[in-house]
Amino acid sequence: MTTDGSQTQVPAIEVRDLRKSFGELEVLKGFDFHVNEGEVVCVIGPSGSGKSTLLRCVNRLEEPTSGQILIEGEDITDVDADVDALRSRIGMVFQSFNLFPHLSVLRNLTIAQRRVRRRSKAEAHEVARSNLERVGLLDKIDAYPSHLSGGQQQRVAIARALSMDPDMMLFDEPTSALDPELVGEVLAVMRDLATEGMTMMVVTHEMGFAQEVGDRVVFMDDGAVVEEGPPEQVLGDPQHERTRRFLKMVR
Amino acid sequence: MSASTAKPASTAKPGARRPRRLTKRQQQRLVRGVLYVVFVAGLVGLVLLADWETTRRNFFNVELARTMFPEVLTIAARNTILYTFLAFSFGLTFGLLLALMRLSSIAPYRWLATIYIETFRGLPALLTIFLVGIGIPIAFGTRWPTLVTITLGLGIVAAAYMAETIRAGIEGVPKGQMEAARSLGMSYTRAMISIIIPQGFRIIIPPLTNELGLLIKDTSLLFVIGTTPATKELLKFGRDLLNINANATPLIVVGVVYLMITVPLTQLVRVLERRNARSR
Repeated sequence: MTTDGSQTQVPAIEVRDLRKSFGELEVLKGFDFHVNEGEVVCVIGPSGSGKSTLLRCVNRLEEPTSGQILIEGEDITDVDADVDALRSRIGMVFQSFNLFPHLSVLRNLTIAQRRVRRRSKAEAHEVARSNLERVGLLDKIDAYPSHLSGGQQQRVAIARALSMDPDMMLFDEPTSALDPELVGEVLAVMRDLATEGMTMMVVTHEMGFAQEVGDRVVFMDDGAVVEEGPPEQVLGDPQHERTRRFLKMVR
Repeated sequence: MSASTAKPASTAKPGARRPRRLTKRQQQRLVRGVLYVVFVAGLVGLVLLADWETTRRNFFNVELARTMFPEVLTIAARNTILYTFLAFSFGLTFGLLLALMRLSSIAPYRWLATIYIETFRGLPALLTIFLVGIGIPIAFGTRWPTLVTITLGLGIVAAAYMAETIRAGIEGVPKGQMEAARSLGMSYTRAMISIIIPQGFRIIIPPLTNELGLLIKDTSLLFVIGTTPATKELLKFGRDLLNINANATPLIVVGVVYLMITVPLTQLVRVLERRNARSR
């Protein structure tokens, strides 16, 4: 019923026949994909399958070679699209955190609010504090990124993205660079976000997270969707040989 | 501890036929001892052999040195610092512009910056100073104010060197920093100003201070464009007194003043580097 209801709406992210080549190498081979509002979609697949490239095309960190990407119905591959305004509505979390090392945690969270959103200092601080509280790191507000553990850095990175009040969040293998014992705290924050109804597109190797939190799982290989569906189906009863082989390897 | 265990082992068999060799520790001690002896011998030799009276009269003439004050500080050192500051400010500003041009996506800007940088790094600094200080005034019949001539004469070359340093700094900032800034909605320019350039400059503080040190010494080349008593920098000041008095003391005094400027500078770099290391 939820599927029927949301399909009448405009999808948060819609990708139509997306192709991306790096020189001779075609990484995405005519990709069709969508994420509905409030939906959590986990993208899984072997490394080199184009998962990260797909994610990076969605906020145009990579320029698509051809095809269309619509964010809330607006074509962002249009030459006239305001990419900066678009990106400020899409939160992005990187595998390598990419916090700004020369700025304190607070400034990491406020700089784009101030410079892009033009918020007042007081308002930006208020938003920063509430988002740090959300990820459980309010006590680190004056720390510098280098003094934080990997897990804490990634939580700050999530809080930084949230401080822009994004309509949706993209996660590019957010736990792959973490020591195993730090993965849990980041996934917990992401789980909370999903529960609050955030639209999320998550490229991940964490099958447990995809199973538990994902509304839909997309398995991709060699630049195209192999199969997609509810996690129970894709992860529990995969229809394709390639999916089965992949799942056997990661489990 | 290892030495104390090694020693009994090597002396355990006093009757062994192999010639007794020094332990590693003993060898090191011997080498150090020899080095100390060489040092003391050199020092004693210097004290005994040098012509101290002549040296004192020609290099450390206190009366002559005294006549240099306060002008050596109020005019000469002041001018050296002022010229350095002007050339460095110009070099840094113009160098940053050149660095950004070299990184530009617009090809003609890249070419222009590359040609400029290669040209002025490849020429002797003196040639540029002659060109700005003498060549241009002759050609166009106009003289710029002295400070402008000096700023350009030194700054044009400094900018070329600093552009390469700054470019290296900007390129040394991980790519993810630009991506993170852009993904937050910052424009390329905004990301450069707030995120990339501040980090780039942290990386290049040591080499940039090196440039500053070189520039301080390069101000000594400015005498070629002619000076008045009020515009003399340190070396010219010292050299004139050397000629008048036929005595090298002014050079020693000027040398000490140079060191009073450059040594604190290198110390400052060390402090900055340490502070950087902490916030990284």
